[in-house]
Amino acid sequence: MYKNKDRYLSIILISPSILAVLIFVYGFVAWSMRVSVSAWKGLNPDYTFVKLNNYLGLFSDPRFHVDVRNTLIFTGVFVIGSILLGFILAVMLDQGLKGEGFFRSLFLFPMAISYIVTGVVWRWLMNPATGDRLSGLNLLFSQLNLDFLINKWYTTEGWGIAAIALAAIWQMSGYTMAIYLAGLRGIPAELREAARIDGATEIQMYRYIILPLLAPVSLSALIILGHMSLKVFDLIIAVAGKQLPLDVPAIYMWQTTFDGLFYGRGAAIGILLLISVAILIIPYIRYTLKAEGSS
Amino acid sequence: MFKKKMYAVLIALIVATMVLTACGGGSKKVEVFSWWTGGGEAAGLEAMIKIFNDKNPNIEFINAAVAGGAGTNARAVLATRLQAGDPPDSWQGHAGQELIGTYVAGKQIQPLNDLYDAEGWLAVMPKTLIPLISDGGNIYSVPVNIHRANVLWYNPSVLQANSVSVPTTVAEWITAMDTLDAAGVTPLALGEQWTKMHLMETVFLGTLGADKYNGLWDGSTDWGSADVKTALDNFQTILGYTNSDSASLSWQDASQLVINGDAAFNVMGDWAEGYFRELGKSPNTDYGWAPVPGSGGVFQFLSDSFVLAVGAPDEDGAMAWLKIAGSKEGQEAFNPVKGSICARTDCDKNLFGVYLQSAMDDWASNVVVGSLTHGVVANDSWKSEIDTALGLYIQSSDVGTFQTALVAACKASGPCK
Repeated sequence: MYKNKDRYLSIILISPSILAVLIFVYGFVAWSMRVSVSAWKGLNPDYTFVKLNNYLGLFSDPRFHVDVRNTLIFTGVFVIGSILLGFILAVMLDQGLKGEGFFRSLFLFPMAISYIVTGVVWRWLMNPATGDRLSGLNLLFSQLNLDFLINKWYTTEGWGIAAIALAAIWQMSGYTMAIYLAGLRGIPAELREAARIDGATEIQMYRYIILPLLAPVSLSALIILGHMSLKVFDLIIAVAGKQLPLDVPAIYMWQTTFDGLFYGRGAAIGILLLISVAILIIPYIRYTLKAEGSS
Repeated sequence: MFKKKMYAVLIALIVATMVLTACGGGSKKVEVFSWWTGGGEAAGLEAMIKIFNDKNPNIEFINAAVAGGAGTNARAVLATRLQAGDPPDSWQGHAGQELIGTYVAGKQIQPLNDLYDAEGWLAVMPKTLIPLISDGGNIYSVPVNIHRANVLWYNPSVLQANSVSVPTTVAEWITAMDTLDAAGVTPLALGEQWTKMHLMETVFLGTLGADKYNGLWDGSTDWGSADVKTALDNFQTILGYTNSDSASLSWQDASQLVINGDAAFNVMGDWAEGYFRELGKSPNTDYGWAPVPGSGGVFQFLSDSFVLAVGAPDEDGAMAWLKIAGSKEGQEAFNPVKGSICARTDCDKNLFGVYLQSAMDDWASNVVVGSLTHGVVANDSWKSEIDTALGLYIQSSDVGTFQTALVAACKASGPCK
């Protein structure tokens, strides 16, 4: 009897949020799907069914090709960069050095800043001006006589998006570090000691003991960083504005929907984004649920 | 039983609140939606609101401005409100197809021909302007200010030092830029993508002339023609004389290169003049201006204008506002502060600076054509397709593909068949 009452109460208490999620998340996902197969162009809704034409149009749209290429480059550079840097920082902090708390906060701070602020700062740092107007990092390189490092940053033909990923790495590597640090702390000291007694070098210990034990942590980091990079929007807008060489699906979706009034096409891009994130997230959720169920 | 009473009380409370909010005020009001939230624009709007309040003391003015340059955020907010059936009484939009293609096509705004007749505005606005803000013979908006898009800004001392005179044709312009390039000066300052579209439309105008340029937008000039190919080739040549870091510069940064003597020319709308003044520069000594080469005698305009909503909650209030927006008094209050000229040709010249006075002369005498980048000649969908084609072209420098994409854009979203 008592248990039953608790159950009713809990259902009543969470029902508003369940209702809100149902309407504002799944309801609108369904509505976007409907728009994405409609002919809606212009201010007034037009739900004429056009099959998958909006999607097919995107697959043959040269701009969408640019978007997909940029997303792949961004994801690659950003995820690999953040994980490598985060892992190295975590291992270094894990050596029990003095002032660990200070360094930990120092590396974590960038995460507390919004992408817009990061973007504005890096826009200035990565100024591609030449000659007398040299500034930002390029000016620093020139004064240190490292002229070979001077480059065009985010205006580099074809690869500008990688420069944006640098800013994102700066922002998120501290967070990755924190995840890895927690993982490292969770590894019992006995395991390391056992490895050392068995004569493993430090490198062998990391390669054969630590890294395999950190696999679930790496997977979490990969998923979190991966879905962030698929949705990247504000950072690019803050660094470079709306420019096609740095276009990604989220920017195309915004521009084509609200500047161009192609609602059907915009919704189709949104759904493709959702699918790409889902491909990344769903196996992860299943994996986590399984792990929780077995424990 | 107790529960039922509770429900009854709750419902009564909710109904009471709704009735109270609906009755709130009771007097007349007008809600005007714009993106004038900062600088001279906001100050100009305030000046107009003051006149409105003086003349209409019984109508409450609600300033529903949403921040964001050129209205990018405001327009998304407006679209949401219109789709929800909650229009403001009047809102700001770039005069021309940006309004017509979106809101007339969506049956959201009303024709204003009666207002124009009653106020005698047809007699005080340029004849070539009216077709550009009309659709099917109906005029749909009241332009408050006018900016000119086809202005070539130059640094007089840089030109003098290299013995270059101000070019009047595209060919002269290219020769002049050759000389400057050889002398180690950046010939033409350029900024981010939209400033490239701005440059492109002025090169189109300079190459094709006013008639064929207008034809691009009503379907009578073929986008696939040799003329357009020549214009695109000119555009390609001219892009070759620009600074390499254009993608990282705002329009202000680009204009500043000219003022600082780092570049000789810049093509930008005449809001650049307001920026030069802000920097403390003086006309004719620190900066000079001319129509973009090839477009002399043509005024390529853009304008902020106000409309009347279909189903405006307070139509009388909206009409009272539009009367102020189109009046000599209202425009003379707004434009000197904003740094633009009146849409009317009878404003007092003494209120304006040297550059704006020359623009007023041209506005009253030149052939008026509309700007693409700033919403006059092409609807939003068409413009965004052109923008995408331009972006892809800047990456590839392939004129042929660009022209094919422009032809396709006109067919998909413009008047071409």
